[in-house]
Formats: sequence, structure tokens, C-alpha cells
Amino acid sequence: MSLFDTIWNWCVDLLSNEIWFYLITTVVKLVLMFAVILAFVVLSVWIERRVAGWIQDRPGPNRAGIPLQLFRQFGSKEKQPLKEWLHFFGIPETCWIAKLCTWLRLDREIPTFGLMQPCLDGGKLFLKQELTPSYVRKVYFTIAPMLVLGPPMVATAVIPFASSVSTDFGVINMVVANIGIGPLWIFAISGLSVYGLTLAGWSSNSKYPFLGGLRATAQLISYEVAMGLSIIPLLMMFSTLNMQDIVQYQADNGWTLLPLWGEGLSWQRWAMMLPLGLSFLIFVTCVFAEANRTPFDMAECETDLVGGYHSEYSSMKFASFFMGEYAAMVIGSALVVTLFLGGWSIGFGADAALHSVCSWLAVFCQFIMFLIKLVAFIVFFVWVRWTLPRFRWDQVMKLGWLVFLELAVANIFLTAAVLYFVK
Amino acid sequence: MWPEVAINLEIMNTTKFLQVPDAVSAASDYLKNDADDHGELMTLNMGPSHPATHGVLRLKLVIDGEVIVSCDPVIGYLHRGMEKIAENCHYNQYVAYTDRFDYLAPMSNNIAYACAVEKLLGWELPERGQAIRVLCSELSRISSCFLGTGVYAMDTGAMTAFLYAYEEKEKVHNIYEQICGARFTSSYTRIGGMTRDLPKGIEKTILEFCDSAMRTVDEMEKLLLHNKIFIDRLVGVGVISREMALNCGMTGNNLRASGVQRDLRKTNPYIGYDKYEFDVPVAYEGDCYARFQVRMEEIRQSVRIIRQVLATMPGGPICVQLDKGILPNKKDAMQGIEELIRQFMVSTECVNAPAGQVYFAAENPKGELGFFLDSKGGGIANRLKMRSPSYCTLSILPELLPGHLVSDVGAILGSFDFVQGECDR
Repeated sequence: MSLFDTIWNWCVDLLSNEIWFYLITTVVKLVLMFAVILAFVVLSVWIERRVAGWIQDRPGPNRAGIPLQLFRQFGSKEKQPLKEWLHFFGIPETCWIAKLCTWLRLDREIPTFGLMQPCLDGGKLFLKQELTPSYVRKVYFTIAPMLVLGPPMVATAVIPFASSVSTDFGVINMVVANIGIGPLWIFAISGLSVYGLTLAGWSSNSKYPFLGGLRATAQLISYEVAMGLSIIPLLMMFSTLNMQDIVQYQADNGWTLLPLWGEGLSWQRWAMMLPLGLSFLIFVTCVFAEANRTPFDMAECETDLVGGYHSEYSSMKFASFFMGEYAAMVIGSALVVTLFLGGWSIGFGADAALHSVCSWLAVFCQFIMFLIKLVAFIVFFVWVRWTLPRFRWDQVMKLGWLVFLELAVANIFLTAAVLYFVK
Repeated sequence: MWPEVAINLEIMNTTKFLQVPDAVSAASDYLKNDADDHGELMTLNMGPSHPATHGVLRLKLVIDGEVIVSCDPVIGYLHRGMEKIAENCHYNQYVAYTDRFDYLAPMSNNIAYACAVEKLLGWELPERGQAIRVLCSELSRISSCFLGTGVYAMDTGAMTAFLYAYEEKEKVHNIYEQICGARFTSSYTRIGGMTRDLPKGIEKTILEFCDSAMRTVDEMEKLLLHNKIFIDRLVGVGVISREMALNCGMTGNNLRASGVQRDLRKTNPYIGYDKYEFDVPVAYEGDCYARFQVRMEEIRQSVRIIRQVLATMPGGPICVQLDKGILPNKKDAMQGIEELIRQFMVSTECVNAPAGQVYFAAENPKGELGFFLDSKGGGIANRLKMRSPSYCTLSILPELLPGHLVSDVGAILGSFDFVQGECDR
């Protein structure tokens, strides 16, 4: 018996144990989801800049590639890496491979279309000197960035990224935590990030961050209410709080906002479009407000509060706030995609068809589909930011409490009426 | 609505300090804070380096929550002693300093200053020189208004409109570069004319720019003027009544947005503005939104003037035809002794101005830029006093800001379109 077989058998034994199977799959999913979200934080920074550049008639970051010149540092400066490599592999310089490499500018640097820019920015912030003013309250000052970055990461746990797959050892549900209170979990956890902003504003012991922290607190609390109420019509229709079930229903019977197959073709489902559309509008607006982005970024609007709650922060602590904001944006987008745009489902019955061919292929396609939808919604987020001016904070409060709250409550009754009379 | 609270606070603190010179008791009195009848006031220092205060204006705000109770503008962070410098260099040398007043419209300053000195001398420019001055003045008006509206949009959070506006401003700088060789500090005028004639083919560039400027104005209006958020931010904010505006000596767009039809190009036409047809945009609301609208319309009118200037550009000399006070052609100076002496005299002593006093005001993008010249004869002014529009505009802040929110400060300051270089001089 070879070593490979021994290891294989050991793995099979381990996976046959229910507890170990559960632990291992969960850890793998956890790492995958965490990596995807972190990668998306970086990616969304890049998307933001590129789309902003596109909107504003300028190129945006397009330079930072992986410089092959770096490798020259180890040799003499006259050495040309591309030629050396070609020589190493025995390829003549007139060969099409060499030409292709030159055309791709590989003789200078590996082009990444500016994708390296956010990474380099991160590196820069990491290497910056960290200035902690002497007058801050150090403990809270240190905790605050963690409280901003942490909750969005935790909230991802309940977002399904593919359908479940049954293997020889058991069923793998492609969601880190398949719990029956999905949206509630997200609201509960993402509501915690307000502590980060409040603490940052308060512990900085400075006036502008203080005002920014206050504004952020007021804003997040007011929009949390409308946000929670706005998805109740959706939950009334789905009659479940389990995110995986919600998406499965959408895959079978048409997305919430695109009921074009399965049960979605019934007129009853189309009668639900009015309350669902309304709740989509309210929810998306609240997600914008929760993510603290323009037009709702009065907590850190630079024209009156300089930097808002993070004015006194520098280096990685500032980067945590920065990443926290983008993480909140990614989670917000993921939530909208999951609840309203079909989550991982490919749509038009393709999910079931793919599953009948190969479950793993279906899972892969669904995962890609989920990412595509996520990117599309992030682009929408960015588009709005670079188009609209900013609200004044009292107008935001008025909008939240006097418009969205009432609308959301009315929408619940409307949905109840539609459900009662239609079904 | 003068902030009573703030005054009380100041008086009471002062009297207490006078009665109890002991620093410790004064501090404890301060901590009790009993002068503050409304509860908790906070002093917020905005500036001198703050994104909303465009340059180096500093505002000492006393705020109650987010409502401003009193405002104390502190100016002078960009004071360079411009008026004193004028007493130490001759008229032509000082042209280069005028670039730095309103550095967003340097050409206008050059022209206003040159016109003031020419008024003292009693010189009249030939037609072509006047037409070039009108052209340059309107170009700089467009550039300044674009920057004003763009920065204003950025103050309210609309970053994209700013970049659209800035692109047009860059085009004006490109034209400047072709006309006078410098992009920013133009120093284009001399006393009695311009440094050089327009380059060949500039008309086409300028006309193309006119078209693109009109397109951008339309684009920005589409993007902002009918935007619900923008309207909510600006309508009814920073309302300046006609009387308030006149009392503070506001001029230019800000005055016209409060319903006063006053434009020096119409009322006291200079450099031949009466030859061209244009309207003076006036709004009656006096709020930030009205000021924005007036400024956008101003760009359209300037484009209209530029098109007329280019269509009727006369030929001929660009400088006053005199034997003294004007630089001769460089070629002549290299060949004739008379011209060489003249060049030397003009470079070192400039003109021989008569003794007397003269005041000239030009309609600049920011308002009326006035120069008061006191001459005792010779090429150097005895005293030069500037009437800078931004300075007068900012004097309304203590009256206007109380009662507004901190978030409105950016919108109100942006709507004034002021420049610290001109205010502090």
C-alpha cells in the first residue's frame, strides 16, 4: 500500500465521521468566503476608481503593473529579463511567443490594468508611521477600527454562494452558517459597526470626529429601522428566514424582481411586484445609507467635517475604516443580490439543468454567477456615488424617519392585503 | 439676527477676568460655563486649512449642536502686502503682482489694473487692443465661473461635475498659453496695451472652446440644477436680501443673485463693452441656488460676447500710439537710438504719470475689482488701494451664517465663489 493510499484512506475515514465532515467543510467554506470578501474589498476599491475615472473623463489607475524590472535588481542593469527568459527556454526572439510577449508589454511589466494599485495602497498604509495623538482615549481608539471592519466580515456567514451539493459523505450546503434567521443575523451584526464609528468619534477627543461620530450614529440607527421593515414583505412572501431557502425558491420560481420562469409566470406573483419593487427601493437606499456612502456620507463628508470620525486615524487603523466601508458595501450588495436578484441562481431553469449534468459544475457556475451579480451591483453603487450630490444630515434624518419608515410600514400592510386577496 | 449669546459670553468672560485676575479662578469660572444660557455651546475652528474654506479662510464658529450660533471670520493668512508693494515698483512692474490677486482670473486683474493706470494717464487704447482685452477678460470670466460652479458642486458632494468644469478651465489655460505664453500667471497687459498680439489661428481654437463650454454648461445644468438632492441642499439656504447685499458691498454675481441689476460692463462700459450685445443675468431669490444659476448663465453670456468679439475683431495696433511710455518694437530698438533710449526709459521708469487721484473699477468674475491710485507724478504710485470683491463678500458671513447648520457652511462659502488671494491681498 503506497503512501498516497494511506493518506486517501485516512481522509475518507475522517470525512465519514459526521462531526469531522461538518468541521472541515465549514472551515473550507469559511476560508473561501473570507478570501472572496477580502479580495472583493480590494477589487471594489479598484472598481470604484476605474468607474469613477470612466465617469469623469479620466483614465483612473491604469499603470501599476507587476514590474519585471524588479528582477533586474538581482542582476546587472543591462540584463533584459524577457530575452533572458526566452533564451532560458530556448525560444528564438522572432518566434510568435516572443512577439506575443512583447505585444503584451511583458518586456516591461506584467500589465494588471491598475489592479495592483489598491494592493500597493494597502502596502503603503501598512508601512506608514502610525500617529496616535496624545489626547485620545487609547483603548477605545484602538478597538474602534476593529469594530468597523469585523462585523461585515462576520455578517457574510449567512450569505449563500451556491446551491447545496450531496457528496458520498453527506450534503454540503454552500453557506457558512445555514441558520434560520439569516437577515436578522445580518442586521444584528452589521448594526454593531455603529459602535466602531461612535467610539472612533468619541475617543478621538477632537471636535470634527466627534460631530462625525454623532452623525454616523444617528444615521445608522434611523436607517436600520427602515431597512429591517423594508424586507418584511419579502419574508412574508417567502415565509422563511433561511437565506439558502430564499435563494432556492428564487432559482426555481423566478428572481424576486424577475419572475419569468416556474411559479413566477403566474399573475399572482406579478401582483406582488408593486410591494416588492417598493421594498427593493427602500432597501437599496437603506443599504446605501448603512454603507455610509454618497449621497449619505455625511459622517465623513470632507467639505464640512474634514475626514469625519476617522480624522485622527492614520496608517493601518485608517485602512481598517477604509476597508470596513468597502466591506460594508460588498455585504450590502451581496444582501441585495441574495434577496432581490436571485443570489447565486443562474435563472431560467438553468440551475436544475446543470445539477442534472454535474452538481459540482452547477455549483461552480452558480458561484461565478453570484460574483458577477455582486460586481454588477458594486458598479451600481459606485455609479451612484459619482453622480449624486450629498444630502445634508437633517434631510437624511427626515427622509429616514418621515418617508422611508412610513413607506416601509405601509408596504407591509399592502403586501398583507395583496397576499390575502390574491392567494 | 446678531448672535446675542456669543456677545454675552464674551462680555461676561472679559468682566470676570477683569474682576478676578487670578488665573485659576478665571479657569474655574470658565469651566462653570454659566454664561452659556442655552446649554452647551462648542467653539469649532474651521480653517485656515479646511476643505470647505477654499484657501486659507478661518472661521471661528460657535455651534449649538450643529446649529451655528455665531461666526467670526479670520482673514489675512494670505496677506502679502500687495498694496505696499505697489508703492515700491513702477506701474509696468506691478502688473505681474496683479496676477496673484484673484488667481483664478489673472487676465481680468491685469486688465483692470492697466485700465486704472491708463485712466490716470488719460490714454485710450486703439480698437484692436480693446477687443483683445474684452476677449481675455471674458475668457477668464468663463474659467473662473467654471471653477466656481465646479468647486461649489464638489462642496455639496458632486465630485463629477467639478471635473467636468475643470476640464473646461484647463482649455482656457491652454488658450492663455497660446496667447501670452503663461498658463496661470499671465501678466498679459502693459500700461497702454498688451505684451503681444493674438497668435494666428487662435480664433478657431477659441470658437471650438466656446462650443465645448456651452455643452459643458448644459451638461452640468442637467446633472445638478434639476437634481432633487442639490435643490434641497441649496434652495432657501444662505438667503441674502437685497438690502443685506447692498449694505455689505457685495458685487458681481452674488449681488445680481439678490436681485440688483448692477454690472459695470453695462453701467460704466469700459474697454468697449458697449459695442457688444449681452444680457446681465439676475435672480431675485438671493439663495445659494440663485447664485449657482446666475453663475451658469454668466458663462453663456461670456461665450456670447466672445463670439461677437471674434466676429468683429478689428485690425490695427494693439498699443497706444505714443512716443513716450510705450515700449517700442524690439526690432526698432535694436536699430534706432531714439527707440533704444525709449526702451531703456520705459523699462526703468515706466510712464511719467501726472499727479492726481483716480478710481477705476472693473467687473471681474468675483465682483467689482476697484483700484484707487494716488499719484504724485512719475512712474510709481504714491498709494494704491484695492477694493477687492471677495473681501466685501466675506464680510456678510457673521450676519449670514448664524442659524444655519455646519453642513451649510460649505454650500454658502462655495456659493460666494471667493478667492483668498484677493481678499487678503
